[in-house]
Amino acid sequence: MLAARNLTWRAGGRTILSGISLMAAESEFLAIVGPNGSGKSSLLTLLAGLRPPRAGQVLLRGVDLQDIRRRDVARVIALVEQQAETGERLTARQAVKLGRTPHLGPLRPWSRQDDRIVDAALASVGMTGFASRPWPSLSGGERQRLHIARALAQAPRILILDEPTNHLDVEHQLGLLELVRARDLTVIAALHDLNHAAMFADRIAVLDRGRLVATGRPAEILTPRLLAEIFHVDARVEPGPDGRCFIRLLGVSRPAPEECPAR
Amino acid sequence: MTWRRLAAGGLAMLVLLAALAMGAAIGETRIPLDVVGKTLANRLWGAGYGLDPIDEGVVWHYRVARALVAAACGAALAVCGAVLQSMLRNALADPYLLGISAGASSGAVSVAILGLGGGFLSLSLGALIGALVAFGLVALLALKAGRGAAAIILAGIAGSQLFSALTSFIVTKSANAEQARGIMFWLLGNLSGVRWPDVGLALPVALIGCLVCIAHARALDAFAFGANAAAALGIAVRRMQVIMFGATALMTAIMVSIVGSIGFVGLVIPHAARALVGVRHHALLPVSALLGAVFMIAADILSRTIIPGQVLPIGVMTALFGAPAFAVILMQRPVTR
Ligand SMILES: Nc1ncnc2c1ncn2[C@@H]1O[C@H](COP(=O)(O)OP(=O)(O)OP(=O)(O)O)[C@@H](O)[C@H]1O
Ligand SMILES: [Mg+2]
Repeated sequence: MLAARNLTWRAGGRTILSGISLMAAESEFLAIVGPNGSGKSSLLTLLAGLRPPRAGQVLLRGVDLQDIRRRDVARVIALVEQQAETGERLTARQAVKLGRTPHLGPLRPWSRQDDRIVDAALASVGMTGFASRPWPSLSGGERQRLHIARALAQAPRILILDEPTNHLDVEHQLGLLELVRARDLTVIAALHDLNHAAMFADRIAVLDRGRLVATGRPAEILTPRLLAEIFHVDARVEPGPDGRCFIRLLGVSRPAPEECPAR
Repeated sequence: MTWRRLAAGGLAMLVLLAALAMGAAIGETRIPLDVVGKTLANRLWGAGYGLDPIDEGVVWHYRVARALVAAACGAALAVCGAVLQSMLRNALADPYLLGISAGASSGAVSVAILGLGGGFLSLSLGALIGALVAFGLVALLALKAGRGAAAIILAGIAGSQLFSALTSFIVTKSANAEQARGIMFWLLGNLSGVRWPDVGLALPVALIGCLVCIAHARALDAFAFGANAAAALGIAVRRMQVIMFGATALMTAIMVSIVGSIGFVGLVIPHAARALVGVRHHALLPVSALLGAVFMIAADILSRTIIPGQVLPIGVMTALFGAPAFAVILMQRPVTR
């Protein structure tokens, strides 16, 4: 469905991502995990085609994203950014309606169908009652749910989510992940909560300092050793059903001094 | 829905026509509305009413032309302001942000005081060239500085400061007191020199410019959450930036070259329009255009009548009466955090 081939990206005179090859199959949930600054958000913006990579390609069904018109990309791929704010006083419903943008045009004006799609998207994140509230009056979690609704209203085949559970309470965190997994969508999500990755992802990709260090099924990837080496935490991992697992975090690991060169 | 739109459009046209008629009727000498109507009938389809030729001349040659240019200017500046505020996601953006008025004043003083162009350049043409040169420089700087909203705004500030300083330099170095006062007057905006040829430039530019912006209303909506979010919604951001910044710069530069840099309208009318109809550009841009046009005609009437026998710069009027009106709108806005 979506594949990255040998992606490299530089910014601010530094190499942020190097040599990343990765692919997400039809209807797969791919989680991307890694420490702060490891390049998750950067990778997701490249996968969404918002920036051209320095080297390598992102292929959508075999076609380079840079060769597809923006509008056609947006009909297939929706992105929820880690941070997206506005100073405009638009209403919750207007924010979700933006999701229909790539489907509309001079010959295809707003229709009842679009209204139905927007209503359904609002309902799916439990925000129907907030439809006419102005954006500045909404809480962080409510805004996040509306961002998700906007992405759903875009009716994409691929949903790219950058820390989608940000600001959400526990119920809505699990609710959101269940919601996107239940849809027949390819989901690529950067997640900080490793238990979320373990519960929901079909596969997990681990990024560290701009490099892909491992990909595989949750139970293969999330080992105590990897958690110590990449995330610097001590943890116990309990096996779960069908290739999943549960992680119990014990504390920050204290490596011997020579293992932790000054950065 | 379409009926409501038609009704709204019709109402807007009526309001605009009423404002234009007032602009033609009110002045140093008050001319009855029926004379205004008959003048228009005579001139537009040769109705042949017998009128005092002086009244008819004043209405047709001065006041109608002037009201039309005021309307075109007000509409164009307000729409430019709304577009720039959305694209740059900054409530303080106005049409002069990208160096245009500063460049225009440098161009104007270069012609008027330094005698650039050896008499072949008019003040207006000098201003237009200055405005476009300044915008070009700002655009180049913004490109080099990374194209983000902050980069564009900072480039605009740098360009504006540079050209303002250049203007001050020329004025203080070479102008006599009389010239300096004349330039000062021009910079504050002035409609007294406006005649029909100016209408022929201002009206089509405002009309086409506003239509181009309105045609991109949906894309402008998509910038609400920033350029990245717009791109993710399928907007070709680079192309959009070129079209929108180019169109607003051209519109503003041409208006400034005709009437000088009239402040306030492009900054505040869009906010008033948002308070009235919300942030969606399908409604925001046409309403901004209408409010801008009516507001500018009203300001022009005031500038001609408030002190008998003296015409004040219209830029003084727009701010003097616009600022309190805007304060009222701000205070009536529902409070949110
Ligand atoms: N435009 C840029 N210019 C310079 N450096 C950048 C730029 N964008 C990202 N970086 C750097 O690249 C690295 C990766 O950033 P990125 O946002 O992708 O990390 P992340 O994995 O999403 O982190 P987090 O978990 O904190 O969200 C960071 O060190 C960041 O400072
Ligand atoms: Mg990130």
